[in-house]
Amino acid sequence: MATTVIETKGLISLDRFSLETLHQFHYQMTFIRRFEEKVNEMYTRAKIGGYCHLNVGEEGSIVGSISALTPDDYIYTSYREHGHAIARGIPPGVVMAELFGKEGGAAHGRGGSMHMFDPGRHFMGGWAIVGAHLPIAAGAAFAINYRGDAGVSVCYLGEGATNIGAFHETLNVAKLWKLPALFIVINNLYEMGTPVEKASSVPEQYKKAAAYDIPSERVDGMDVLAVHDATQRAMDHIRREREPVFLEFMAYRFRGHSVIDPGRYRTEEEVKEWMLRDPILMLRERMVAAKLLDDAAISAVEQRVETEVQAAVDFAEASPFPDVSTLFDYVYA
Amino acid sequence: MAVIAMREALNQALREEMTRDGNVFVMGEDIGVFEGSYKVTAGLLKEFGERRVVDTPIAEEAIIGTGIGAAMLGLRPVLEIMTINFILVAMDQVVNHAAKIRYMFGGEVGVPVTIRTPGGGGQQLTAQHSQSLEVFFAHVPGLRVVAPSTPKDAKGMLKAAIRDDNPVIFIENISLYNTRGEVPDEEYLIPLDKAEIKRPGRDITFIGHSKGTLLALEAADRLAQEGIEAEVLDLRSLRPLDCDAIVESVKRTHRAVLVEEGWPTYGITAEVSATLMEHAFDYLDAPVKRVGGIEVPMPYSKPLENAVIPSVERVLEAARSIL
Ligand SMILES: Cc1ncc(C[n+]2csc(CCOP(=O)(O)OP(=O)(O)O)c2C)c(N)n1
Repeated sequence: MATTVIETKGLISLDRFSLETLHQFHYQMTFIRRFEEKVNEMYTRAKIGGYCHLNVGEEGSIVGSISALTPDDYIYTSYREHGHAIARGIPPGVVMAELFGKEGGAAHGRGGSMHMFDPGRHFMGGWAIVGAHLPIAAGAAFAINYRGDAGVSVCYLGEGATNIGAFHETLNVAKLWKLPALFIVINNLYEMGTPVEKASSVPEQYKKAAAYDIPSERVDGMDVLAVHDATQRAMDHIRREREPVFLEFMAYRFRGHSVIDPGRYRTEEEVKEWMLRDPILMLRERMVAAKLLDDAAISAVEQRVETEVQAAVDFAEASPFPDVSTLFDYVYA
Repeated sequence: MAVIAMREALNQALREEMTRDGNVFVMGEDIGVFEGSYKVTAGLLKEFGERRVVDTPIAEEAIIGTGIGAAMLGLRPVLEIMTINFILVAMDQVVNHAAKIRYMFGGEVGVPVTIRTPGGGGQQLTAQHSQSLEVFFAHVPGLRVVAPSTPKDAKGMLKAAIRDDNPVIFIENISLYNTRGEVPDEEYLIPLDKAEIKRPGRDITFIGHSKGTLLALEAADRLAQEGIEAEVLDLRSLRPLDCDAIVESVKRTHRAVLVEEGWPTYGITAEVSATLMEHAFDYLDAPVKRVGGIEVPMPYSKPLENAVIPSVERVLEAARSIL
């Protein structure tokens, strides 16, 4: 894989995907969007507390990449991970129940928004200390090699996490030890209120991989098809060459850093401009133009999503809070 | 005297010290344009510019390390670590470097750096974002560690910390930023090594710091309704510990309940308890009682979190068990 930049690539043809896959992308992105909007609503109604970071705007990056993984692969993410968890197949009700702090949640109410987990689905956690999950993800890749397992360790991070020491230590050992690891930076241009150019001496994150001789590529993260294509090529490369790959998906969060951040450090024009590149609308436009989708089909999907998101809320409501008598469970084995 | 919030008091301290001394600068993640996660640095970028209000990448080790390096050349950095949990990433710079440099180089150089950082829980921020780690620092010779509980103390102690020639770990608490209190209009400093009696009493002494002091004050109010007069001693400084103040109070009241938000095992309350054992044993009429965070990683779920965080009720319960 060569190091390329986003501008040099044309659109990926719809023909390369089955109709079913395209509809699946459309449905999943629509679902995550609606789910996150509902999370926001539930937060304002105090059903959810603590830090809560939404994936709104990043659906293309998430759905396009996770759909290119196999059940053998492992996923590590930052705290902005509701969408990743759902795309990986954790039932939305279980994700919502975690957000509600309920026993039926992904971490039995112990972890909340930032700590979704499902070992059966190889969803190895949302993590809340920036950059700290990178070496842990590399450790999974180490174990895969050690045991001769199939699978790749896929580690998502924000562009802000590339400035911390753990990032550089991890990339170095990943290449040195030929670890089957895929690092995916979702570059949404801001680490909290700080624009990427103010925090990274090299704002193009994919270039940082070059320092460790790790193949890398910058991809339009708002284009679910481009993301899927790049991820698939990356995974093929990792499996074939037994070495890490680094992808940078250019995306944008349409909301603040967390649900309580009004995002005053960005201009309205900038947000509007990015919203024109909404990953859901972009796929819809292309599918409509190719006559694979029409208004009726879109509203059918929206209806279905509405019902399913409500079912997730109902599940979360119905699940009990953990009993205080279980407070010491899980401190030790 | 104006009544202002803790956040505002800290902001005033920074502004005044930056105005007074051109070597004072502030540095940290999202402290400039974003004005800080808890808005303590609001307005500073506008007033002092980018040279003295430095936004950094997410790089705690670089923040603290460059702060140390600049301090060794005579600048007076005031570093903000967004929450105390993230200092762990840079503990090497704090413990192996800031705390050691003066001694290890035979007194030839000092590190006049101030590291401000909020700890504490109660806002459902879960295991990696809710800790009270003051004891990690209070353990280390060479560091000064302070944790004020009122806006007045916060302002006077932050100004004193910035002027102090030692590395000072200045611990704030996320749940105290909005608490309000009187702050003198004129300039003042508060020493970094003195506890203060926040409420005099004769029947029992409550000893705490930061949020622990506020819990103790509330508990004392409740006991007063029953005719019991509790004294509340606010440690303010955790290293050095004001042993004299601790012992003097208990010599008068003969009973002590120690309060901290963090885990009591090897905690601040353990140290205060040992101090009483060594220096006030003959004056105690009852065993010393401790109230602290329940010893688990902080759970997210509200009912569990409520069970972990020390409450006024638990302070009262401890007090009643020895009255
Ligand atoms: C070591 C550490 N420092 C600071 C923080 C506070 N913090 C949480 S998220 C964040 C911004 C991260 O930005 P980025 O990596 O770009 O990811 P995004 O939130 O944009 O997805 C910061 C500074 C933290 N969690 N961990």
